[in-house]
Amino acid sequence: MLVHETRTGIGVSGGSAAGPVVQVAPPAAPPKDEPAPADVDAAIQHVLESFEAVAVELDTRAAGADEHAAPILTANAMMARDVGLHGAATDRLKAGDGPATAIKNAVEAYAAQFEALGGYFAERVADLRDVGARAVAAALGLPAPGVPPLTEPSVIVALDLAPADTATLDRELAIAIVTQAGGRTSHTAILAAQRGIPAVVQVPDATSIEPGTFVAVDGDAGEVAIDPDPALLEAQRVRREKRAAALATSTGPGLTADGHAVPLLANIGGVADAEEAGPQDLEGVGLFRTEFVFLSATVAPTLEEQTDIYTKVFAPFEGRRVVVRTLDAGADKPLAFADLGEEENPALGRRGLRLSQALPDLLDTQLKALAAAANATGADARVMAPMVATVDEAEWFASRVRAAGLKKAGVMIEVPAAALRSEHVLENVDFASIGTNDLAQYTMATDRMAGELSELLDPWQPAVIDVVAAACAGGAVHDVPVGVCGESAGDPLLALVLVGLGVASLSMAPSKVPAVRLALSLHTLEECRELARIARSARTAQDAHEAVRAAAKDALTEIL
Amino acid sequence: MPTRTVAIGSSVGLHARPAQIFVAAVQESGLAVTIAKAGGAPMDARSILGVMALGAKNSDEVELNADGDNADAVLDGLVELLKRDLDAE
Repeated sequence: MLVHETRTGIGVSGGSAAGPVVQVAPPAAPPKDEPAPADVDAAIQHVLESFEAVAVELDTRAAGADEHAAPILTANAMMARDVGLHGAATDRLKAGDGPATAIKNAVEAYAAQFEALGGYFAERVADLRDVGARAVAAALGLPAPGVPPLTEPSVIVALDLAPADTATLDRELAIAIVTQAGGRTSHTAILAAQRGIPAVVQVPDATSIEPGTFVAVDGDAGEVAIDPDPALLEAQRVRREKRAAALATSTGPGLTADGHAVPLLANIGGVADAEEAGPQDLEGVGLFRTEFVFLSATVAPTLEEQTDIYTKVFAPFEGRRVVVRTLDAGADKPLAFADLGEEENPALGRRGLRLSQALPDLLDTQLKALAAAANATGADARVMAPMVATVDEAEWFASRVRAAGLKKAGVMIEVPAAALRSEHVLENVDFASIGTNDLAQYTMATDRMAGELSELLDPWQPAVIDVVAAACAGGAVHDVPVGVCGESAGDPLLALVLVGLGVASLSMAPSKVPAVRLALSLHTLEECRELARIARSARTAQDAHEAVRAAAKDALTEIL
Repeated sequence: MPTRTVAIGSSVGLHARPAQIFVAAVQESGLAVTIAKAGGAPMDARSILGVMALGAKNSDEVELNADGDNADAVLDGLVELLKRDLDAE
C-alpha cells in the first residue's frame, strides 16, 4: 500500500470525513454446476439452517437499528423465515439443485412474481434478493454480503452499494461512502446526499483498499486520501467546523447579497417526502414527481384516489408553491395498464408528454385531481409536462392544464430542442423548469445510467451550460421564469452560475438547501453573472469548475 | 370452514409493513389461515412472500379461510386488521 496516495473519483455528496475502511463484501453467487445433493434430507436441513442463521443475524441488527431501519430489517428476517420460501427451496433440492442454487432459484421465482406485479411489490425485490444472497453466502460458508455491523465510525467502501444498504446506514458510524462503480445520478449518490453522508463514486480500485486502512474522504473535491497526511486531516477538520458554523446561520428565503430573490425549493417523490420537507426552511416544492401514483398500479388510478394522494402531498405546503410534473413514464418505466409496447431506445421513445398525448384521458384525470387537491389545500399548484420538445406540444399541454381549472401551466426543459427554441416554446406558458440531469443526457448523447461515462455527464460541461443559457434567454423575452430542478441546482458553485444565467428558482434535495442559500447570500446578482461568463468562456468542464471556484468568494470555497 | 371477505384498507395495498403486521398476527394465532383474491388460488397467510405475491391493492377484496379452535374469532380479528390503513399507523 502506497503512503499518502490520493485517488480521484467523482464527489456526489459534499463534506469530508476520515476513518478506517470497512469493505462491503460482494454478493456470493452459487457455484456454476453445483452438484445435486447426495443426501437430500441433509441438504434441506442445511438450507433451512442457512435461512435461520440469516434471520437471526437480521433480527440482531434490527435490535440495534434506529426506527427507520429496524422495520426493514425485521421484515427481511421474516422473509428468511418464510414458510413459502422454505417450501420452494425444498422443492428445488428434491428436483436436484445443490443447496446454494436451490436458494437462489427459490428466491428468483418469487422475485419474478413481484417484478410482474410492479410498483411497491417490485421495490421489495431488492430486499428479497438481499435475503437470498445472505442465505447463499451462509450455505457456502462465505462472509455475509452487504455492510457488516459497524463498531466504530468508518468509511464504507464497496464496488457499488445497494439502495437498501445506503438507506439503512447508521449516520453516526457510516461517516463516508466510497464506491468503485456508480454514477452521479445513481441511487447511492442521491440517498447519500439526502442523508448528508459525504460520498465519492468512480474511485479507481477502491475495493482493493485493505480493510482498516485510514482514509480521508472529500466529497466536494471527489478525493480519497489513503493514509493521509496529518496536515490534510487538520485542514479538513477546520473546514468541517467552519462549514457547520456557516450553515447554522443560513436561514430564510433564497436571496443574493444584493437582495435578488431566488426561491429555494425541494424535490419530492411522494407523500412521505412531502411530510418531511413541509416543516423545513424552504419556499415550497420545485419538483413533485408523480410516477409513484401510477407505476405501482395495475389499473389506472381513479380521480378520487389521485385527489386523495395529491391532497396529502399539497397539505404541508398551504400558501407555498408546489410544482408538479405530470406522469413521466415510458418503455423503461412501463405502466401495467397502459403498455405501449417495448421500444429499442426508451430514452428517445414515447415517454413523458409523448405518452400523455397517446393517452390523453390519463392526463386529463391527473390534471382534474391536481386541481381538486389544489382547491382543497390552498397550495399554489403549478403543473408542468416532461419531455416537451416543440411549440405545439407546449401549447397542447398548457390548454389542457387550463381547461382542468389549474392556473399555471409550464414545461420541463430537458430536450435541447426546447431550450434552443425557448423563445417560442415558452411564449404561451407560465413557467419552465430545466431538468439538468436529462438535459445533460440529451445534450451529450450519454446514457444517465452509464457510470463509466460520468465525465461526459459532468454538469459543468460548457455545452450543457450553453443550453441552459439559451433556455433562460428565451424565457426572458416573455418574462417567463425558468427554474432548475436537477442535480446542478444543489451544487453551491453551479447554483451561482445558474442564477447568473438567469435561472429564477432552484429545486434540490432539502439537505442541500442551506449550502446553496449561503452561496447566494455571499454573491450579488452581478457577481453571479460574472461567474456565468467565466463558466461559459471555459473550454472544458474541469476548467469551468476550477475557474468558477477560483472566482467565487473565499467565504464559500473555504467550506466546500 | 369459517370464511370472511374483506376489502384491503391500507392505502398502499397489502405489501411491506401492512403485510408484515398481518402475517405476524396470523403466525401468532397458530392457525393455518389462507388468503385469496376473488377467483384466485389461496395462499398460505403465514408466508409474507405468499401474501405479498397476491398483489392485493387498496380496496381489493380478499377471502380469508381458517380451520381449528377459535377460527371465527381469529378471522374476525384479522378482518379488523385488514380494514385499517396499516401503513398510516
